[in-house]
Amino acid sequence: MNQAQFIHNHEQQWLLLEVLCNPQLHPDKIIQRRKKEQGKRNSKASQPKSFYEDQILALSTELIKQADFPELYRAVCQHFSLAKSRRYSPHLIERLSLLVEQAHQVFYRPAHIYGDSALSGIIKFFTRTFPQTVRNEINWFWLSCVVFYVPLIAMVIVIQFRPEFVYSIMSPDSVSGMEAMYDPQAEHIGRERGSESDSLMFGFYIFNNTSIGFRTFATGLLLGIGSLFTLLFNGLNIGSVAGHLTQLGYSSTFWPFVVGHSALELTAIALSGAAGLKLGFSILMPGRKSRYQSLLDAARISVRIMGGVAMMFVMAAFIEAYWSSTQFIAPVIKYSVGAMLWSLVLFYFSFVGKKVDRKAGRQSTAGQNES
Amino acid sequence: MLDTIKTVETPEGVELVLSCAGFYVRSIAWLLDALIQGVILLLLGIALPSLGKFGMGLFLIAIFVLNWFYPVLFEIYMNGQTPGKRIMKIQVLLMDGTLVNWGASMLRNLLRTVDFLPFFYVLGFISMLFSKDFRRLGDLAANTLVVYKRVLKNRPEIPEVPAIAAAINLTAGEQQSIVSYAERYSKFSPQRAEELARLATPLLQGMTEKQTISASERILGIANYLVGHR
Repeated sequence: MNQAQFIHNHEQQWLLLEVLCNPQLHPDKIIQRRKKEQGKRNSKASQPKSFYEDQILALSTELIKQADFPELYRAVCQHFSLAKSRRYSPHLIERLSLLVEQAHQVFYRPAHIYGDSALSGIIKFFTRTFPQTVRNEINWFWLSCVVFYVPLIAMVIVIQFRPEFVYSIMSPDSVSGMEAMYDPQAEHIGRERGSESDSLMFGFYIFNNTSIGFRTFATGLLLGIGSLFTLLFNGLNIGSVAGHLTQLGYSSTFWPFVVGHSALELTAIALSGAAGLKLGFSILMPGRKSRYQSLLDAARISVRIMGGVAMMFVMAAFIEAYWSSTQFIAPVIKYSVGAMLWSLVLFYFSFVGKKVDRKAGRQSTAGQNES
Repeated sequence: MLDTIKTVETPEGVELVLSCAGFYVRSIAWLLDALIQGVILLLLGIALPSLGKFGMGLFLIAIFVLNWFYPVLFEIYMNGQTPGKRIMKIQVLLMDGTLVNWGASMLRNLLRTVDFLPFFYVLGFISMLFSKDFRRLGDLAANTLVVYKRVLKNRPEIPEVPAIAAAINLTAGEQQSIVSYAERYSKFSPQRAEELARLATPLLQGMTEKQTISASERILGIANYLVGHR
C-alpha cells in the first residue's frame, strides 16, 4: 500500500482521535473561534490549533459522537507502527507519533481530578486511604514519636528541677518573650492580640506550622537525618517552653491554651517525621529491593501520609487561632475539649477505614469461591 | 543515540519518544514561575492589607498556598505544565509517559525543599548532572521527568509534478529520504534545491541533454511516484 492510499484509508480515524483528545478542536468550537476572529479582523489571524482543521470541519458531528476512543486509539497505534516500519514520509510519522503520544496521555490520565469524582476521591482518601496508610506504617510513627516526645517530656521534667536548663535551648530573648505571652497578669494570653487578629494568626499558623511539617518530611530524604534533627529540635523546643512556663507557675494560662490544638498538631508533626523517616530509611535499609526501587515504593506511600498531614495542620491552625485563644472559656472546658480531640484523633487512626477493610476482604474471598 | 532522548514503550506496544529537558530550560521555567508568583504576591500585598489583620492572615495563607501548591495544582490541572513550563514548552510526565497524578506531583514539589539545599538548588543541580534524564531528587523519588512538549510544526505539501518511476530499486530508507526532500522542497531556494537534487546521481541517470526538466523536478517526480500520486 502506498502512502497516499494509506492516508486515504485511515485519515478519518486520525482526525476523529485528534478531536477526542482535544475538545477545542470540535467542529462547533472551531467555527465559534473563527467567527470570533473574523469579528476582530484587524488582529492577525492566530495560529490554527491544528494543521488539519479544515478536514476536521468536514467531519460530521454524528460521527464524532459515535467515536469510540479506545478503539480509535489502538487503531492509530497500529497505523503509527505500520507507518514507521514502511518508512512513510517523516511528516506522516511525526504526525502519527504525536497523535499517539497525546492519546496515550489522555487515555491513561489519572482519575479523580474533576467534579464529583474529585470529591469522592477526597472523601475516600480521608475515610480510608489516610488512616489505613498510617496504621500500616505505625512502626515509623512510633519511632518518630520516640524521637519527638522523649526529649519533649524529658525537657519538661528536667526544667522543673534545673530551671536554668531552658537557656541551653532557647535564647534569653525568646524566653522572656514567652513569659510575657503567657503571664497570667497580662491582658492577653498567647500572642498579644485582639479577637480581630485571630484571622491573622490563623494565616500565620498555616504558613508556619505546615511549612515546618513539610520540611520535616522533605529533609527525610537525606537518609532520615533531616527528619530526625527537626523532630528532636522541635521536641526540645516545645518541651523547654512547656517546662519553663510550668516551672514559673504559669500553668493556668499555658496548658489551657495549648491543650486544644495539641492533639492535631503534635500528631501531625510526629506523622511528618514518620513519613520522612520512612523515606530516608528506605534508602539505608532497602531489604531485598534495589535502593532506588525501595525509595520509589516508600515515597509513594509516605506522600499519602503528607496529604493527610497537611489537612491536620490546617485544622490545628484553625483551632489554635479561633478556639485556643479565647479567654472567656473556663479551663475545665478547654481541658475537656482537648481530651475529646485527643480521643478523636486516637479513634480516627485506630478505627476509621477498618470496617471497610473487612467488608472488602469478605467480598474478595466470596469472589474467589465463585471462581 | 542521543542521550537526551528517552524511549518508552506503551502497553499498546508503541514506542513513545520523549526528549528530556535539561537544566537551562527548566531553570528559566522556574524563574518565570517565580516571577509570576512574585507578581501575584505583590498584587495581593497591595490589595489585602486594606482588609486589616484579616487581610494579613489571607496574605500569609496565600504565601503558603503559592509556595507549596501552585506547582502541584498547575501540574495536575494543566497537563503537567505550570505557566513557566508552558511558556518554555516543557511538561512533567511520569516515567511511563503518562500525566502526573496527585501523589507524584505533591512528592516532587514537597521534595523541592531538599533540592534547594544547601542553597539555591545546589543539590538539585548536582542530581540533574549525575542522573540519566536530568532529574532532580524530587523527580527521582516521584518517578517523574521533565520533557519537551512536542507539537506539529508545519504541514508540508509535496509539490505536485508528474510522477516518474525510479529507474533503479530504492531501499526503504532511500525512499524516505526522497519523500523527505520533497516535503522540505518549499523551504529551499531553487538553487539549493537543485544542488541537493544533483547529489542523487544514480536516480538522474538516463537524463539526457534534450530533457528540459531539472534534477530537482525529477526527484520531486520520483517522490510523487513513491507517495502514490500517480
